Amino acid sequence: MNPLTQKILQRSRFIRLIREFFDSRGVLEVDTPLIRPYSVTDPYMSALACLNPRGEMQGYLQTSPEYAMKKLLCEGAPDIFQLSKMFRADERSAIHQPEFTMLEWYRIAMSHTELANEVCELIIALLGNISIKSTTYRDAFFNCLEIDPFNISDYDLKRHAEQLMPGLPDELLRDNYLTLLFSELVEDSFNKDEITVVDAFPASQASLAKISEFGDGLTADRFEIYSGGLELANGFSELADPEEQLQRFEQDNHQRLTQGDEVIEIDKTFIASLKNGLPTCSGVALGVDRLMMLKYGATSISEVTFQ
Amino acid sequence: MASYTTNDFRSGLKFMLDNEPVSIVENNFVRPGKGQAFAKTKVLFLLTGRIVEKTFKSGESFEPADVMETDMEYLYTDGEFWHFMDSATFEQVAADSKAVGDNAKWLTEQDSCMLTLFNGTPILVSPPNFVVQEVVETDPGLKGDTSGSGGKPATLASGAVVRVPLFVQIGEKIKVDTRNGEYVSRA
Repeated sequence: MNPLTQKILQRSRFIRLIREFFDSRGVLEVDTPLIRPYSVTDPYMSALACLNPRGEMQGYLQTSPEYAMKKLLCEGAPDIFQLSKMFRADERSAIHQPEFTMLEWYRIAMSHTELANEVCELIIALLGNISIKSTTYRDAFFNCLEIDPFNISDYDLKRHAEQLMPGLPDELLRDNYLTLLFSELVEDSFNKDEITVVDAFPASQASLAKISEFGDGLTADRFEIYSGGLELANGFSELADPEEQLQRFEQDNHQRLTQGDEVIEIDKTFIASLKNGLPTCSGVALGVDRLMMLKYGATSISEVTFQ
Repeated sequence: MASYTTNDFRSGLKFMLDNEPVSIVENNFVRPGKGQAFAKTKVLFLLTGRIVEKTFKSGESFEPADVMETDMEYLYTDGEFWHFMDSATFEQVAADSKAVGDNAKWLTEQDSCMLTLFNGTPILVSPPNFVVQEVVETDPGLKGDTSGSGGKPATLASGAVVRVPLFVQIGEKIKVDTRNGEYVSRA
C-alpha cells in the first residue's frame, strides 16, 4: 500500500473508533460554528481573524469549541462531543500546528475525576492497553524538583527557576515560572511508557474550571493527561457561575492590558447563556493529532495530518 | 528598521540581544497547557562565539542585526590588521586579530575568504576549505618512502604547521584542509 493511502486509512479508522466510543456511551455529536463573532480572552492565546474580500471583520476562527458547546448545554443539550479542526495563531512546533484536530466532550453530572477516567478509557480503546498513573500537581512538582509549588515564595521560585533553566527572561509572573518549570522539567520526567493523570492545579491556573479547597491551598478542579511528557488532554469541572466567569474574563483582559496586548471583546452571549444555568458538568479537550502520533509512532504532527 | 518577533525565529536568524549581534542556533516553541508560550533557544553571540541558552516570551520583538556574509579576497597583513577586498567593488576592509583568530595561519594571498561583517566591520573571517601553500621548513624525508605512515611536521609559508608524508620536501606546494588542519595532497 502506498504511504498516502496508508495514512488516509489510519486516520479514518482512528476517527471512526472515536465516534464509535461515544456512540456506545450515548454521547451525541455536535458541530458548533467554527467562525464566531467572539474569540478568547486568554492572555496567552491568539485567534485567527476572518476578513471578507473588502477587509471587513467576519469573526474569529475558534481556538476551542468550549463556549459554543456550553451554550448548547445551557439550552438543555444532553452529553455531547465535537470532533473538529480548531485554530490558534502562531503555534508551530513538532507538536503544534495553527490548525489541528480537537476532540472536546461534556458529561452532565460527572465530576472531573470521573471524566479523567473516561479519557483514559478512550485512550486505551485507541492505543491499546497502557498503564495509567495518577498524581497531584503538587506531588508531581515536588517529586521532580523538590519544590512545593503552592508554598514556595516568589523569590525562591524565581531563584530556583533561573538555576534550573539558564537564560530565562527577567521578571516573569509567578505562574509563568510554574508553567515553564512544569512543562519543561516536570512533564519531561513522566514515565515514557505510561499515561500520567495530573489533578488539582493551582487556582491561578484554573481557566474555566471550578475552584475548591484542597489541603492548605485553593486548587482548580482541573486535570491534565500526558503520555510521557506529551500533553494530550485538559479537563475541568466546569465553572457555572456567570458572575465569576465574567470576572475571570475581565481579569484576563486586565492582564492583556498590562502585557501591552489588545483587549478582547468578552463573549456576552456566553455569559448570558450561563445565566440561564449550566448544568453541573465536566468537560475535556483532547488533541487528536497527538494521540495519532502516539498510535503510529510519529515524531512530528505533520506525519499524521495532511499538511 | 523592521523588527523580528519570536515567530520569525529560525536557525541562522540574526538579531540584536543585549547590544550584541546573535544568531539562532536552535529554536523550540514551548507552549505549556495553560499560560505564557516561550521560545526556548540556543543563540550564538557572534562577537565572542559563545553559545548560550536563552528563553524568550512568545511575541517579544528584536531589532535585526546588520550582519552580512560576503566573499572577499585576502590581500596582506600589516602585522596588526588583515586586509581584504571585495573583488566586485574594490572596497577594502581590515579585520583585527579578534575577527581572524586562529584562522590567520590559513590566510593565503589572493584566496577568497568568507567574511562576516557587523555594521560593515569584519567580526569573523573564514578561510576557504582548502588552501595551497608552500612548505618552507621540514626534515628531509627518506627517498622512496611513500607509505606516509606517521609523517613529519612541515611549516608552511603562512606559519601553519601540518603533518605531511615523509616524501614532501621544502619548496613543494601542498593542499591542506583548513577545517581539520590535515594534509590532503601535493598541489
